[in-house]
Amino acid sequence: MSPRAAGRLESIGFGQVYDYVLGIADWRAAGLPVEGDSPPVQRVADATRPDIPTCAIDEDLEEVRRRTFDAGWDECIVVDDEGIVVGRLRGKAWVADGAAAVEHAMESGPTTVRPDALLQPLVERMAKRGTRLVTVTTPQGELIGVLLREDAERLVAGEPPQQIWRDCEGCPGTWALKPSDEEPSEATNA
Amino acid sequence: MVTPIDRTDLLRLIDEGDAQIVDVLPGDEYRAEHIPGAINIPLRHLTADTVSGLRRDKPVVVY
Repeated sequence: MSPRAAGRLESIGFGQVYDYVLGIADWRAAGLPVEGDSPPVQRVADATRPDIPTCAIDEDLEEVRRRTFDAGWDECIVVDDEGIVVGRLRGKAWVADGAAAVEHAMESGPTTVRPDALLQPLVERMAKRGTRLVTVTTPQGELIGVLLREDAERLVAGEPPQQIWRDCEGCPGTWALKPSDEEPSEATNA
Repeated sequence: MVTPIDRTDLLRLIDEGDAQIVDVLPGDEYRAEHIPGAINIPLRHLTADTVSGLRRDKPVVVY
């Protein structure tokens, strides 16, 4: 549809006409905010943390381990020069025998999800499989962040996002953009 | 000449502040969901009259 629209605008006399061919599906899939009156639906982007440590495939494993744990995490996402996810370091990978470089310790090709996926069904699947964390990428494989099941379960249960992510600047992406968000209320954890 | 662009290009145009984004999908789809700042001119209503509010000296992005 958009190529025809672009052609028509050009024929009307517009000189700088651009066609965003992939359209709003691509926009949404990248976790970017949208406007409109659709009923609010919780998506993966709403619970994605962008502050997961990252590392390169040729880095020293011990150095990456130190950096990751110092940042309060126990996992690191391995990305290439363009931010494309190529692996993941966690658990036993940190103490892999003889592994001095990330490349030899990481899990290759970790499972990823798109930021526009519906949140609740994913959380249910994660709970069923005992999955604690999943990597969130664009359709092109570029890292956006990670979704922690514990955070997502709290969000699905209705806990205010500001209460969940008090310590994460910019978390979670789309919630943080809503100007109507209220100040966090006092914690009511039982 | 029409230039196909990807998301990165669009974000750059938005960042530069010049982009006029036009959603050419039907009105109900636009009302449900659209890129922030986009205006709606459904393809079947796209005429010289309906685009008269757009500036011809600025980039126009359609999707």
